[in-house]
Amino acid sequence: MVHEEKILTSKAEHTFSVSSSIQRIFRQRESAIFLALVAIMVVITIVAPQFATSGNIYRVSRQISLVAIASLGVFTVILTGGIDLSLGSTIGLSGVTCGMAMAAGVHPLLAILLGMVTGFSVGIINGLLVSYVGITPFIVTLGMLSIARGSIWIVTKGWPVENIDDRILVLGQGDLLGIPVPVVIMFAVALAIHFLMRFTVFGRRVYAIGGNEEATRLSGIDVQKIKCLAYGISGLLASVTGIILVARFSSAQTSSGEGWELDAIAAAVIGGTSLAGGAGSVVGVLIGAAIMGVIRNGLVLMRVSAYWQTSIMGLIVILAAVIDRVKNRKVA
Amino acid sequence: MGAHLIEMRNISKRFPGVRALQDVNFTIEEGEVVCLLGENGAGKSTLMKILTGVYQQDSGVIFFQGEELDVASTRDAYKRGINIIFQEFNLCPNLSAMENIFLGNENRTRQGLFSHKETRKKALALFEKLDIDIEADIPVCKLSVAKQQMVEIAKALSYDTKVLIMDEPTSALTMKEIDTLFTIIRCLKERGVAVIFISHKLEEVLAISDRIVVLRDGENCGDILAKDATENTLVSLMVGREMAGFYTKRMMQPSEEILLEARGITGGSKIRDVSFSIRKGEVLGLAGLVGAGRNALVKLLIGADRKSAGQIFMHGQEIQIQSPKDAVKHRIAYLPEDRKCAGLVLPMTARENTTLCVHTKIQNRMGMISRRKENAITDAYIKELRIKVFSREQVTRTLSGGNQQKIVLAKALAVDPLLLILCEPTRGIDVGAKAEVHSIISALADKGMSILVISSELQEVLNLADRILVMHEGVITANLPIAEANQENVMRAAIGSA
Repeated sequence: MVHEEKILTSKAEHTFSVSSSIQRIFRQRESAIFLALVAIMVVITIVAPQFATSGNIYRVSRQISLVAIASLGVFTVILTGGIDLSLGSTIGLSGVTCGMAMAAGVHPLLAILLGMVTGFSVGIINGLLVSYVGITPFIVTLGMLSIARGSIWIVTKGWPVENIDDRILVLGQGDLLGIPVPVVIMFAVALAIHFLMRFTVFGRRVYAIGGNEEATRLSGIDVQKIKCLAYGISGLLASVTGIILVARFSSAQTSSGEGWELDAIAAAVIGGTSLAGGAGSVVGVLIGAAIMGVIRNGLVLMRVSAYWQTSIMGLIVILAAVIDRVKNRKVA
Repeated sequence: MGAHLIEMRNISKRFPGVRALQDVNFTIEEGEVVCLLGENGAGKSTLMKILTGVYQQDSGVIFFQGEELDVASTRDAYKRGINIIFQEFNLCPNLSAMENIFLGNENRTRQGLFSHKETRKKALALFEKLDIDIEADIPVCKLSVAKQQMVEIAKALSYDTKVLIMDEPTSALTMKEIDTLFTIIRCLKERGVAVIFISHKLEEVLAISDRIVVLRDGENCGDILAKDATENTLVSLMVGREMAGFYTKRMMQPSEEILLEARGITGGSKIRDVSFSIRKGEVLGLAGLVGAGRNALVKLLIGADRKSAGQIFMHGQEIQIQSPKDAVKHRIAYLPEDRKCAGLVLPMTARENTTLCVHTKIQNRMGMISRRKENAITDAYIKELRIKVFSREQVTRTLSGGNQQKIVLAKALAVDPLLLILCEPTRGIDVGAKAEVHSIISALADKGMSILVISSELQEVLNLADRILVMHEGVITANLPIAEANQENVMRAAIGSA
């Protein structure tokens, strides 16, 4: 809807520029969810003081980082207005590929590369089907969820891959200056995605497609290529999570990544990424993943039954969507 | 003193940083047609949204039949008999006319099921009352725009409507359909329904309304009887100054050099073997009725739709245009008909929209965007086209229609086009902005740019173009130099009886 408005005097413009930077920080959605994260952490600490111990924080942050990396991938896809439900299976498939390569004696660096190529390829296949064949992302990636998971069972016959090269274990189990390596990787990935989305033409086009695909296409932008690459990024980052998981458990489990699409998508949504596309930020996704991880950990510490935990996590996702909806209604 | 049907007294409304309305008064009587006139941003829509409960006023009162009225929601307004038809229709495209009319107000059988029989009976009765002919059973998306609008009107009247507000009802209609609409409005008037008519087309305003209320910058600035008004007085009331000429005349003649030639363009369900050429610095008007295939032709030309046959030559050499990307590469820029659906990425800023076509110009070898270059391009167009924005970082969703249109124009111009294709460049924008867009078009052509203009306003085409092509049913039926063109022969060609 066009707002019928008249821009006021230069006075308004002046105040706008002076306080704009401070206002912008507070107006941004990220600060609201960051406050929510802090509040949740305070509550959990009061109820279960062992939350705030350094050992627990170490473990929670490592858990968060695994979801966050996959979430940053699906975030790119969601920005274009799409979705990637296959990322959980991609996590598993890339891990198994990497693990089997090592078990066969391939150099670990090459094995990691193979795992990442697998993830990227799965993503690109999704992307090709979505943008060039024109199938709904939901259907394509739902099908791929089964195909990739099935492939794991086919190649492993259901057995986990052991015999993991010791040299890669540092990726999942090591730490750097007291920070778990997966967390370091997460920050590196987050920086890269942030840079890609905010400062490059590719990122601008991703946001533009999510904002108005038709206008973007008519502006002479190769929408199909950009969308295809976004799915590729999602697959690639899922594979990063998958490989870290292999290193973390010293084995490639066939069930690795199962159901992670829910957590990854939820983290993005809680972090303010619009499922309609075109809106969201890397910082938001990280905070969203942190909220998910902290609550999950808090429930464990508070000895909430595992049966309840799953339902509560789902509830939180819906709650986040409701809050988003109510907030948007006020703006519109 | 008899009470007015509606009286809005001293209505004020502010949005953050913006004064939308200041002490605005508005009245309407039973059976009166009042036109609300003003530039975009003058506050017309805001005033109507307050009347229909979309917004709440900050101060001021509304009286309805002498009683103070407090409309909390649009549903409230419906119940009181105040109904609005928005510029963008609110119909479910997959449902039939009769289902749409009674949506939310369904006729039920005694068992609580949907009653087809009752619905049909009532719908047909409504159509008869309005003296309109509509297929009640097929999905409304298959009806023409004009018929869809009639469905909207019928829907409004299915409630006991006392006041009907129409927001730019004629913008998508052909002249004949406008006549039908006016007949319906007169029929409503006889039944005592008050009609508030928002339009930018002065000719129509003078033809249909009893009284004209003019708003400027959120304040009342004129309330005159239609019989005392002329186009000139209305324009000066709206913009607050006498407009010299409505249209700017060209300074230069187009050159003899042919820029682009299209041969045998065929594609889609409509366009068959269309050929034409455009010279350097020429403004070529493309006239025709809605549905004649003008937009379809342009979309084939820029590669947005796939053509099944045809060649395009630029400077005498054949060029391949398979996608809009190719069109931009060959410096053909396009301003689509619908700026919100196809022109702008609304959640993005003025800056991001302006540079959408020219990412290659603002990136370095790493694919990084240079904010400095981007700002420079945006600022240049904001200045050149006199776009009213807070800053280049203003989100385009919050701009008025005229300024949105200028951003789309800026985006197209940033391509530095040899050929600029404009579809309905002044649809839904106010007279002031319209005059500006016209003078921009003339100035660009004077600088040697070739411009293809599609407009449903015949007068606009006649005033802007050096030459006019007329389309009918997917083929070109006339090619008239401006000196030979007039309303009559263009219209004859448009209806295919040339």
